[in-house]
Amino acid sequence: MDQLAQGVSLSANLVLVATLLAGCSGIPGLFLGSRPGRGQIVAAWFLVAAGVLGVTGAVIHLFRERSESFILSWTLPFGTAELSIDPLSAIFLIPIFLVGACSGLYAVGYWPASRQRGSEARLSFFLGTLVASMSLVVMACNGALFLIVWEFMALSSFFAMTVSDRDRQVRDAGLVYLVATHCGTLLLFVMFAHLKVVTGGFSLPAVGSLDPNSGYATLIFLAALIGFGAKAGLMPFHVWLPAAHASAPSHISAMMSGVMLKMGIYGIVRVLSFFSVPPIWWGVLVLVLGVISGVVGVMFALGQHDIKRLLAYHSIENIGIIAIGIGLALIGRTMGSSDLALLGMSGALLHTVNHATFKSLLFLGAGSVIHATETREIDLMGGLSRRLPWTSLCFLVGSVAICGLPPLNGFVSEFLVYLAAFSGLIATESWLAAIPAMAAPALALIGALAVACFVKVFGIAFLGLPRSISKEDEHEGGWQMLTPMVLLASICIFIGVFPFLISPLVQSAAFAWLPSLAASSSRLPSLAPLVSIAAVNGLLLALILVFSYVILKRVGSLGVSPGVTWDCGYIEPTPRMQYTSSSFAEMLTRLNAMFLRPEWHSTKIKGLFPAAAKFSSHVPEVVLEQLYLPFLAKIQSLIAPLRRVQHGQLHLYVLYILVTLVSLLFWSHW
Amino acid sequence: MVTNVFIHAMLAILLPPLLIGVIARTKALCAGRSGAPLLQPYYDIARLWNKGSVFSSTTTWVFRAGPLVSLAVVLTAALLIPFGAPQAPFSFRGDMLLFLYLFALARFFTIIAALDTGSSFEGMGSAREATFACLAEPALLFSFLALAKLSGSFSLTGMLAHRSVVNLINDGAPLLMLLGGLYVIILAENCRIPFDDPNTHLELTMIHEVMVLDHSGPLFGIILYGAAVKLFVLGALLIHIAFPISSGYQVLDWGVFVCSQLLLAITIGLTESLMARLRLVKIPYLLAVATILTAFGLLLVLR
Repeated sequence: MDQLAQGVSLSANLVLVATLLAGCSGIPGLFLGSRPGRGQIVAAWFLVAAGVLGVTGAVIHLFRERSESFILSWTLPFGTAELSIDPLSAIFLIPIFLVGACSGLYAVGYWPASRQRGSEARLSFFLGTLVASMSLVVMACNGALFLIVWEFMALSSFFAMTVSDRDRQVRDAGLVYLVATHCGTLLLFVMFAHLKVVTGGFSLPAVGSLDPNSGYATLIFLAALIGFGAKAGLMPFHVWLPAAHASAPSHISAMMSGVMLKMGIYGIVRVLSFFSVPPIWWGVLVLVLGVISGVVGVMFALGQHDIKRLLAYHSIENIGIIAIGIGLALIGRTMGSSDLALLGMSGALLHTVNHATFKSLLFLGAGSVIHATETREIDLMGGLSRRLPWTSLCFLVGSVAICGLPPLNGFVSEFLVYLAAFSGLIATESWLAAIPAMAAPALALIGALAVACFVKVFGIAFLGLPRSISKEDEHEGGWQMLTPMVLLASICIFIGVFPFLISPLVQSAAFAWLPSLAASSSRLPSLAPLVSIAAVNGLLLALILVFSYVILKRVGSLGVSPGVTWDCGYIEPTPRMQYTSSSFAEMLTRLNAMFLRPEWHSTKIKGLFPAAAKFSSHVPEVVLEQLYLPFLAKIQSLIAPLRRVQHGQLHLYVLYILVTLVSLLFWSHW
Repeated sequence: MVTNVFIHAMLAILLPPLLIGVIARTKALCAGRSGAPLLQPYYDIARLWNKGSVFSSTTTWVFRAGPLVSLAVVLTAALLIPFGAPQAPFSFRGDMLLFLYLFALARFFTIIAALDTGSSFEGMGSAREATFACLAEPALLFSFLALAKLSGSFSLTGMLAHRSVVNLINDGAPLLMLLGGLYVIILAENCRIPFDDPNTHLELTMIHEVMVLDHSGPLFGIILYGAAVKLFVLGALLIHIAFPISSGYQVLDWGVFVCSQLLLAITIGLTESLMARLRLVKIPYLLAVATILTAFGLLLVLR
């Protein structure tokens, strides 16, 4: 450790120590098998300490706007193993350590050792390695090292998400995830191999050093977009995501959805920074993928009745918004508009941080609901806000934030992306102006659909009357579960009300992406009126407070009488008459049936005294079921003869290895 | 400046219920009745302000928060848009996005307040409100984009307040398309015929009214008042495009603004008298038409 730390600043040291703490957090638990729970608590405190140190280090680093690197001593023949922290890594380090700490603490209440004998040690261990490996991913400066820690990340998340592997659903989701992540990694191999061809080494090239107009550059760009896009959950490479997020334990879903997807975004942003001025179609392609992910992702979300699947589809939507920002930034770069580049990239990076906070908040909230109700079906819940007041308040904050509504943080980052679209429209003449112009209505549509989706979740699950299952003992989780949620909700409010305090951090990261921005005259405070937004947000909050006081006082003084909900003359309204998530989303699902292919099952009601009838609706994962699976089945039948190579006879396998080794030996000495 | 802000606020606070009165009167006259007094909406709101409330036992604080947030939102939004004066009290780059998203915030809280009652009718209304908003928002964004491109400005004040009749003639075609689209959107957003009938209580066809069925007393008064302010504020958007008249004399401009608001109210009244409510399944088509009109408007601006 001290070899590493020589000549390295305090902030970088904090991050390194935090990484080490997180990586080791689960180890004590592996040896404390006789005292269940102790290891989990140790792991939680390790992660909390890592969170405090790591976030502090990253924030200091962003303020100082510099990059630092340190060489690891390794003897593998892939060039020097270099770790480095620059502002671009630092902005991604914040969510890693923040959400890592929250999830670690949350786990103590959510996955208590007393109820989950045995699995909790495994879960804590892989949660810790997940945090550490992600922190190394954003710091790795060498292709081989990057792939190693990338694989660590993929496997840690795989083992963490499949912790309840007795459940068939979980195993299936894990398998799809494993296949998808390795297909992505395969493309990353392609990408790094070609990077080596271009640069002559495995070290990541310097910012702006590669020529984007060669055939290799196109290949590198496409491999990065698909390889990292698969991790990020960009449509149509998102197929693993809904099932994986839904079947993981909730705090692992929060880690995967809030943070791990962002590693894909980090990869895309980092690789794009290698190139000098890219051709226009790069930006257009990223923008179009973003629009597709955003709009279709939220449409799919609307059709879901499983609270975690629904949240998972919203991650695809938000990744789409981030990709729109990146696409606009690229277009701005091609057109030489530094305003557009800065606004687009800042919007994308801020949305990355924001999505990490509100999505983790929502997943932790969903975990709290599942903890209380023991179901993921929204339609079986209802009226939870009475029994889970804190969870419902935090979930409401998260819902308002994810819809991009003022006065919370989601609005601020979407606002930056919108401004980028508008300034792209005004700055450009000719047909090119139509491209940024496409982004704004798409964002508006995404926003409106997100509102529809989250009023559905919040309204059906938390409000109204309890539906079919209602246990008397539904109650809030302990403080270990509530503290992380309250913390994340406060961050959502803080960034929303004081956006101008956060913007220097984001700007510093955008400058690291494109140093020529720092030299130009574009600055975030002059481009985006964040202080005015803060003023209006403050005014809005003040008005709400004043009105609440005055009007509720008036209401109280005139007398309040309780009654039943007025249901047009029905004498005995029952909870089963309430709208369900299926009925709430029905109109929108029907309007978009072309993409969603919803399935409706119902029995006809016949006669005067009809028999019991049933209705159910379901929106499947169309891309997986109707595109990939048939395609894979076709491939399988084509290459079935190759199976003969793999027949389970060990001595022949040994022969394969020997033959390979010998031929490699010959090849290397030719 | 201070006087301007004061008059702006007074216009936003005092005038809106009058528009509702004018619409009702127009409809009455068209139907051959003499109708309620023009100031009837004020009396209604004042009466509700003095009434006791009934709250369903299923409701929580969310039910009470709905009307409060909506009112705070529409009044905040009223500060972002110019009312005939050269400048709105708050004006900055991108304020139109804040304007748009503030209304979305109001919608969010109105809908969850309705769902809080657990009533199936209110669930139905909320589902419709959420659905139709998805079709209306892109249209508003298309028109903002077109206006931004025409004026080179990123704020409502820049887009709207400095227009003149010359602009209207030069950019006649796209602006006419925007006007058509925006008029439809304003009818939809304010739940007027042909989308919704604010006078009926026939639940099967209602959107907004059904969501506030359970509200009573002062909170219901606030809902009525907030709806009027919303009509007034969104109307201002339309008026500045339709009547781009700026004399340079402040008092005259305010006068023109108030008169054009009244004219808009009469137009809405006439529309409501001449049309029947659309069948629910047809509403998406009309909203799609509005989106297409504004999108074509933008296309003409970009060409």
